[in-house]
Amino acid sequence: MDIEETAVKARAFSYFRAATIDQALDAHARAGDDARFIAGGQSLVPALSLRLQAPRLLIDITHIDELRGVRREGGYLRIGALTRHCEMLSEPLIAEFAPLLRAAAPFVAHPAIRNRGTFGGSVALADPASEFPAMTLALDAEIEIAGATGTRRVKADDFFIDLFETALQPGELITAVYVPLFKADQRFAFDELARRRGDYAMVGCGMLATCTGKRIDDIRISFFSVGNTPTRVKGAEATLIGSGLDAERIAAAQAALEGDLAPPDSDEVPPAMRLHLARVLLGRLLGRLGEGA
Amino acid sequence: MSGFDETKLDDADETVRVRFVVNGRKVACEVAPRETLVDCLRNTLELTGTHAGCEMGACGACLVQLDGRAVHSCLMFAVQADGANISTIEGLTESGVIADLQAEFHRRNALQCGFCTPGMLVNAQELLSQVAQPSRGEIRDALSGNYCRCTGYEAIVDAIDAVAKARSEGGGTT
Repeated sequence: MDIEETAVKARAFSYFRAATIDQALDAHARAGDDARFIAGGQSLVPALSLRLQAPRLLIDITHIDELRGVRREGGYLRIGALTRHCEMLSEPLIAEFAPLLRAAAPFVAHPAIRNRGTFGGSVALADPASEFPAMTLALDAEIEIAGATGTRRVKADDFFIDLFETALQPGELITAVYVPLFKADQRFAFDELARRRGDYAMVGCGMLATCTGKRIDDIRISFFSVGNTPTRVKGAEATLIGSGLDAERIAAAQAALEGDLAPPDSDEVPPAMRLHLARVLLGRLLGRLGEGA
Repeated sequence: MSGFDETKLDDADETVRVRFVVNGRKVACEVAPRETLVDCLRNTLELTGTHAGCEMGACGACLVQLDGRAVHSCLMFAVQADGANISTIEGLTESGVIADLQAEFHRRNALQCGFCTPGMLVNAQELLSQVAQPSRGEIRDALSGNYCRCTGYEAIVDAIDAVAKARSEGGGTT
């Protein structure tokens, strides 16, 4: 066996650069769904190199103009699937109308990864340790999906099903994510705990609250790195709605996490430690949210 | 506009022709679709200054500039770069744009074995093109995806810090 064969590299595949969504969907179908769409490829290329995936066909969607751009559409900000992580940091519309995503963006991997990785790709992969998929939950976002039968929109609440499993069917493609526009009576907070900046978080959390003065009328809190999917903590949310953010309320929300989260066994971060870190992080973020009120 | 040609599925390892501009020169080469950009640069174009380390986007040794921005050449296939403008450490050296960084790395012993250095320099140049006066914390944060197993990073941060200050004062490094 020569060195070429022993090297850790992708299995041979064909490559097709699609110019339109229809071309991309058609190519996927004609490969008998033994195909993968590639955009930024920052997770897919290592998966191919390690042969965790070995499709016959790679469909490059990065030259499809329809998947680009960030713009207002009704009460939503439409974020094109190909929006790169670095654009989440630099795009003024994101900072103004989806500031929670702007706050999360610096925590996504490293600068060079952010130059290639795409927002749609991150949501499609649904890595439970990733920032953006979890934030779509906190934002009550909707994911626009193109498939053979047309385009549909799925609520983030219904999108994440299990470990790396989403509502996406074989051959379907995320075209955009719709985020309700940030309003004057809303507040947000984001942070994560990682051993080193840029590493996967041991626990991360983002939240979006709608307030009247100091009273919380509605709040959505989403955690990542706590289980098989990004996770909303509805028990904790319920303890907070209708009241102000005093120490007692915050403690009640922290206590509710025990019923909301069931962290998996892990040698690196045992479940009890992860739950503890989640409580600490929730307390910090609610404190910050209260200071802003 | 051409759609997908199904016959392509049967010749997955057939090479395809890609064209890009590398270090200011137009280049055309034949690559298999599964060939990563770093392998193409090193093996086909013999630009071995770009280093293949972890080959999964963790170590940062393979960073190059793609259309002006730092990217991992191990995290893309050469076919994806068709039509792009690429600068490797060789081109950045030749053009002189990072001469001050290189001199400062040298002066402060910000390298020992040198394996990480091309990636460090590409990333440092990226940082300084985005943020004129980064704090030491920002420099460390920007380098979080570049592994160095020799220096302990301190001298690297020093060197970038010194160049940032010198550049923003409009002069050269001391």
